[in-house]
Amino acid sequence: MTTQYRADLAAAIAAIVLTSIFVIFALHAESEKSLLMLLCVGSVGLVAGARTGLISRAGRGMLHYQRVTNLLALAACAAVVLVFREDHFVLLLLATVMLYSTVYVGLNLQIGCCGVMNFAGAAFFGVGAYTAAILVAHTQLPHLLVLLAGGAVAALLGCVLLLPVLRTRGHYAALVTIAFGILFRSFLEVNDTLGGPQGLKVPGMTILGWNLSEGITAFGMSFSFYVNYLILAFALMLGAFILASRIDRSWLGLSMDAVRIDETAASTFGIHIVRWKITAFIIGNLFAGMAGALFAVMTAFVAPANFTFGDSLIMLSVIVLGGIGSLWGILPAAAIVLLLPEKLQAIQEYRYLLYAVAVILILMFRPQGMFPRRLRAFKLSGESVQ
Amino acid sequence: MSAAQALEPGFAGGAALAPATGPLLECRGLTMRFGGVVALDNLDLQIRYGEVLGLLGPNGSGKTTFFNVLTGIYRASGGTLWHMGRDLSKLTPQQINRAGITRTFQRSRLCLELSVFDNIAMGDHQRLNNGLVFNLLQRSELERQVQDAFDQARDLARTFSPALAGSMLQPAGSVSMIDRRRVEICRALISRPKLLLLDEPSAGMTHEETRELMEDIMMVRERIPGLTVVIIEHEMNVIERITNRCIVLNYGRRLCEGTYREIAAHPDVQEAYLGQTHEEAA
Repeated sequence: MTTQYRADLAAAIAAIVLTSIFVIFALHAESEKSLLMLLCVGSVGLVAGARTGLISRAGRGMLHYQRVTNLLALAACAAVVLVFREDHFVLLLLATVMLYSTVYVGLNLQIGCCGVMNFAGAAFFGVGAYTAAILVAHTQLPHLLVLLAGGAVAALLGCVLLLPVLRTRGHYAALVTIAFGILFRSFLEVNDTLGGPQGLKVPGMTILGWNLSEGITAFGMSFSFYVNYLILAFALMLGAFILASRIDRSWLGLSMDAVRIDETAASTFGIHIVRWKITAFIIGNLFAGMAGALFAVMTAFVAPANFTFGDSLIMLSVIVLGGIGSLWGILPAAAIVLLLPEKLQAIQEYRYLLYAVAVILILMFRPQGMFPRRLRAFKLSGESVQ
Repeated sequence: MSAAQALEPGFAGGAALAPATGPLLECRGLTMRFGGVVALDNLDLQIRYGEVLGLLGPNGSGKTTFFNVLTGIYRASGGTLWHMGRDLSKLTPQQINRAGITRTFQRSRLCLELSVFDNIAMGDHQRLNNGLVFNLLQRSELERQVQDAFDQARDLARTFSPALAGSMLQPAGSVSMIDRRRVEICRALISRPKLLLLDEPSAGMTHEETRELMEDIMMVRERIPGLTVVIIEHEMNVIERITNRCIVLNYGRRLCEGTYREIAAHPDVQEAYLGQTHEEAA
């Protein structure tokens, strides 16, 4: 192991440890003043890290020592959970970030890879949520299958919506998703069997006799029941990330990129445009639907107000902020967009305005996003690359 | 596979085994209308096995439209395009690609933000396994296929330029203009086509680059004897050096055909290019 690699690994470890410490402090911060100060410290640290090349060094280290750094990241997550083990609010917040991140991974696949605009992310999330609400309350279906069913219904509905317009070029597909995104809420509000504007209550989840809505005691410590859902949400998000990154580093990602960038050239080389667009749309909506289903059982409640067109637009703003097509930009962008308003009430009121300004600024000055997408990193033997 | 082997005879799929008689492709009465504009007007022409055919004509004479109809981007308004007993004018671009016809574009259609390798591999889409299960779950087999495709693409690139072979993992937008054109040619050649359509390869090149590209195309011709090439080109010395036969189009119709010398001396061709009649010229 050369010193350069060692330095990369050290930078990667430092980055993970510092980030988790920062997250713990930020989640702990009670007053707005202390949070703002933390944010200042964090931004200064980020800029300094970027200027000195430490961040890119850490990135290299994470690529080179994937196993070690992945384990460390997992341990860091566990440490954060341990610190907040009894704090319902923080745990719910974290689980929400993870579930929404799952949706963002799906949207990123649709928009960033394949170029299928989806303005109804929140609606597909809602389809999954309502599916779960009904299935848990009225059927005996095992609850893990309920999550899958939520995803499947969202994916199927997406197919039905999109297939008829996919043969056309231009923005018809985007318009269809806009219409669906807007109509979905109205449909829920006038539908009495789905609870109308008041929504539905959702019973808690049980997996093989393990009731997720009860707190747990282990190692002499008691944990909030939200830890259960947090673990599930984490698993779901991890699965989505792994799947998306596998798609990216395979011929699938290449074909989807080709479709997004130039449909004419792609079809000249035998790539079926409709096949790839519908594949990306199905996988993305599957993620959104499954996340929605888990969200419903976790919050024990679904209502139309959670799945509006505005929410869909916020989802898009996260994708733009993180970097279109960039998988690793999702988590930081999601944390900023979802956590900041919860902690800073001033932002809560003006959040739509702030996101709009942020998106415009990003598009003007850094259109590739905060964490731009990198070139596809196929696994190749060292000598062939020389 | 070494660089020298990359383009050896037999590289061109079935072309070397194809019958040496009869045309590779024959179009009869091919017509393409855009509203009131007739871009191809009852065009009859043949492409023969293994030849390099030059397609000439003034701007707007229908050359690129012919390529677009031939590759299925446009659906012909009328006429037929026979190839191996099939009418290509009824097929999709994907099916036509499968039949062994590939092309480059006049205005580069590379994916500039993707790597050089990604761009070349895209041309081999039909051969690469695009199954969901294979790509998501059988990762070690996938890695082997990726490595294989990478070695082939790099060897092919190396026959054109060693520097290009060294930038396989750089964004296509970061290599020089001439190398981008070479990437396009590699993308078209990697699937071992029977028929290669080159749409004005020298567009946007300097004289020196044009000369280099011409050498490249001659080299491809030497290494793949069975490959049939149709080239649209305005640089007459390119046409003169590399084509066996030329067809001149004007207003979507065939004006004349023959060797370069024959068509260059043809009065109709001079008229079409210079836009004057003989009486005026005389």
